[in-house]
Amino acid sequence: MGMGISLALTVALILVAWAGAAAGLQVVLGTVIPYLAGLTFLGGLIWRVVRWARAPVPFRIPTTCGQQKSLPWIRYAAVDNPATTLGVVARVALEVLLFRSLLRNSRFELREGPKLVYFWEKWLWVAGLAFHWSLFVILTRHLRFFTQPVPAFVGWLEGADGFFQVWLSALYLTDVVVLVAVTYLFLRRVLIPQVRYVSLPADYFPLFLIMGIAGSGVLMRYFFRVDVTAVKELALGLVTFRPVLPAGLSALFYVHLFLVSVLLVYFPFSKLVHMAGIFLSPTRNLANTNRERRHINPWNYPVKVHTYEEYEEEFRKHMIAAGIPVERAGPSAQVGIPAEKEGQ
Amino acid sequence: MYDSGKILTGLLIFALLVTFPVWYHLGRATPPPEPDLDTPVIAGLAEKECIESTEYMRAYHMELLKTWRDLAVRSGEKTYVARDGEKYPISLEDTCLKCHSNKSRFCDQCHNYLGVDPNCWNCHVAPEEGNR
Amino acid sequence: MSAPKPQELLKVSHRPPRTGWMDTPVEFRKGTWCYPGKPKSLEVLDLPFPRQWSPEDEDWKLPPNWKEIVLEGLRERLHRFRSLQIFMDACVRCGACADKCHFFIGSGDPKNMPVLRAELLRSVYRREFTTAGKLLGRMVGARDLDERVLKEWFYYFFQCTECRRCSVFCPFGIDTAEITIIARELLNLLGLNIDWIATPIANCYRTGNHLGLLPHAFKDMVDFCVDEIQNVTGVGIEPTFNRKGAEILFVAPSGDVFADPGIYTFMGYLMLFHAIGLDYTLSTYASEGGNFGLFTSHEVMKRLNAKIYAEAKRLGVKWIIGGECGHMWRVLHQYMDTMNGPADSLEEPVSPITGTKFENARSTRMVHICEFTADLIRHGKLKLDPSRNDHLVVTFHDSCNPSRAMGLLDEPRYIIRNVCRHFYDMPENTIREYTFCCGSGAGLGPDENLEMRLRGGLPRANAVKYVREKYGVNTLACICAIDRAALPPLMDYWVPGVGVAGVHELVGNALILPDEGERTTDLRGNPLPQPAGAGAGNGDPGGAGAAPRREA
Repeated sequence: MGMGISLALTVALILVAWAGAAAGLQVVLGTVIPYLAGLTFLGGLIWRVVRWARAPVPFRIPTTCGQQKSLPWIRYAAVDNPATTLGVVARVALEVLLFRSLLRNSRFELREGPKLVYFWEKWLWVAGLAFHWSLFVILTRHLRFFTQPVPAFVGWLEGADGFFQVWLSALYLTDVVVLVAVTYLFLRRVLIPQVRYVSLPADYFPLFLIMGIAGSGVLMRYFFRVDVTAVKELALGLVTFRPVLPAGLSALFYVHLFLVSVLLVYFPFSKLVHMAGIFLSPTRNLANTNRERRHINPWNYPVKVHTYEEYEEEFRKHMIAAGIPVERAGPSAQVGIPAEKEGQ
Repeated sequence: MYDSGKILTGLLIFALLVTFPVWYHLGRATPPPEPDLDTPVIAGLAEKECIESTEYMRAYHMELLKTWRDLAVRSGEKTYVARDGEKYPISLEDTCLKCHSNKSRFCDQCHNYLGVDPNCWNCHVAPEEGNR
Repeated sequence: MSAPKPQELLKVSHRPPRTGWMDTPVEFRKGTWCYPGKPKSLEVLDLPFPRQWSPEDEDWKLPPNWKEIVLEGLRERLHRFRSLQIFMDACVRCGACADKCHFFIGSGDPKNMPVLRAELLRSVYRREFTTAGKLLGRMVGARDLDERVLKEWFYYFFQCTECRRCSVFCPFGIDTAEITIIARELLNLLGLNIDWIATPIANCYRTGNHLGLLPHAFKDMVDFCVDEIQNVTGVGIEPTFNRKGAEILFVAPSGDVFADPGIYTFMGYLMLFHAIGLDYTLSTYASEGGNFGLFTSHEVMKRLNAKIYAEAKRLGVKWIIGGECGHMWRVLHQYMDTMNGPADSLEEPVSPITGTKFENARSTRMVHICEFTADLIRHGKLKLDPSRNDHLVVTFHDSCNPSRAMGLLDEPRYIIRNVCRHFYDMPENTIREYTFCCGSGAGLGPDENLEMRLRGGLPRANAVKYVREKYGVNTLACICAIDRAALPPLMDYWVPGVGVAGVHELVGNALILPDEGERTTDLRGNPLPQPAGAGAGNGDPGGAGAAPRREA
């Protein structure tokens, strides 16, 4: 059900852009919406992070995934159970860049016996990593439309990505990888019963959106060519705040641009904020130095406790009878340490 | 604990990265390329028109060149029939570069603008320029 | 309590039902939920809305404005805990956590998948606190808070042992324990707690320990241990209580003084301290290291925990040693200093025997007994005869909290290898940070919940079964009082023939006291395998680490 709604929505968005381009709404599709989308993305994400940041991290709660730093002769897991800022940086970096935790993924089977067996489940990690890195490389490659002159690193990246030459022109590896990976992520969401059960329309929608974006991009690059000079004029016009609408850009291009704009708007208000969240997750970005350095809780309010005095008041008789030292031998006795003291 | 400093630094870095194309061009003009059509041969043409429409050539010239390569090298075909029925010899030198004899002021204009490094010139020699 | 036969219990399907999770109401089935908190227990701590009620009843006697209370409570906590906001917003429902939960493995109930457990709360968060949820409702997984939702919360947030195993696998480190802790806080705003938590916290508040042992009774229990030690070793030990001027305060989980097999662990502590002549005292006021407040709310946790520093200050000790207990160490390690510190009256801990500075406890000034003992053994300060444990083939169960909220992994193993000669680890994806919960943590240990405990304990038991079949393991060592209470029935059910022992019980067996007589039995009165032939000194670490990489 969720899938159908999301698919219909994505198709509708494509049709809207197509119709808009046909109806001559290039100003809206090529200038107004991209600006609004860019602004919403940047502002929305900053707003989201600031909202998070306004809540404190009252307790230091790292999830420790290895030996703690304790006695000097016990080797500790400097990254998985960090005790230094460097270790924390390494831990977060590994999470962000290599999806360290996802690499641990496993799958179980309950067999006759009874016997539980576990398997290393690497495909989600492989696909997730391929998906995100491809998107990142593709995004960076797109800088060639947004910069003039094009910085050297963009050229290098294109060179590496387009290492395979097919039909005399580069076939970008990432174009293939992102389509394969997004398809895998979609299929596993549909085919694994548990994952399908937890999936919301909001989970399918970004997948379809990204399929649409990658698909339209691939079509433009390999099948229905667009005048890339005109594309760049439009892109540069946007980022230099001198927007232009070059003639001759196809509806396909405006579909691509519109879907990207929708993704940008969708980003800060959806689960896609995991991009920022991963940096701020308190179970990952804190050092396990809990007993070494005191962590401050800004709202650490005083609470009602049962004091020793109240305790002794209630149980004094029993304590004295049992030979347990008390502060006050009787209701009127003076405070002092009882004479008796058991030796070792 | 808020770690506001770290978070603001992170947000600043993020904002700078996202807006890279904006501040990259500050105080710098980015004029669109102007492929130069002023060559003696073009000047001598009665009707200043390429073998296909300008619109098509801008988007598909590389595809056309590939098609020509296949036709000439693999099928031995020597003649290209354009969409308007006009026939042209499939030859880089006698067709394309005859008119566009100014690589640096024509081809390179857009290619440089887009950071494109076509592999035409790996094999083919660019015509000498300057004799307009 | 009777539970179905193992073969019955194992008829588990992990396929979700046909109805969507929002349309599948919770069913309170006997054996899978815990009795509600008694009103008089709630009253001890002035917790709101004490009343007689039952989860099985249609009417939970909620206050008329219960919804406002919960939503206001949620709003407040969103402002207090960045963790909560991020864990509400960042989940992508990738499902990596789904089969990491012992309760999901053992029950197949999809709402025991950590992702869905969190969605129970997230759905309400979205509805009330996000624009998308307000506008789009179910499209973005938002739903209204109603009594059905609340009942679901009660059932499933008291079906999470806060073990944090899912958070090891989550690519964003989303910690269901944190979500459960906060969800339980919200439930407690309405007086919805379970009695196995509510009564211990009331006891602990008033008497200093969860079991409600009054000072003299606590002393009696310790004296019982002392007598037992004398019977086994001929050595008379005289622990002190509430003694001012002692160098060290020792705080153990009260379960260790109270019940078999914890008492053997407690004997081990006493023997150890006696052997090295430690200047320490026990406290009847701070006679509980454990803290079921953690399973109630941050506030109750703080109220109970406050006694430890207060007592340390009153007695004028220099620092504190804590006994073997899992969630106790979560509180001591990750919360105590922040909540009730700074421990200014104390000094940075230094072992009086070895001179070792426990720099990792510089601020909290509380040291885990395994750290303390490992250091003693490392410096050759203990005379040990590991052959006295030769009748035990040992494996080690990493308790959830010391593993995933601390990283105390190698210290207990080092001790075991020095006091036992037959030690085999379980398969590696069931130990250390991947360890499986006993199934009874976070207050879920009552008998009426036995079926769920047995289900949740299946992955742990299954790994024990593996090493039992492969190496003949007959002893499951652990460093947690809840484990010592929960694992014996679990073993009897799934892996008969495996006993449960604290690490310091094994230490007590192997430890040669300066003035002891000939021992003929271990601490439990079982005859020793043969006259101890091996001499004193550190034992040969057994076949440790020989476990295979994976069970297949």
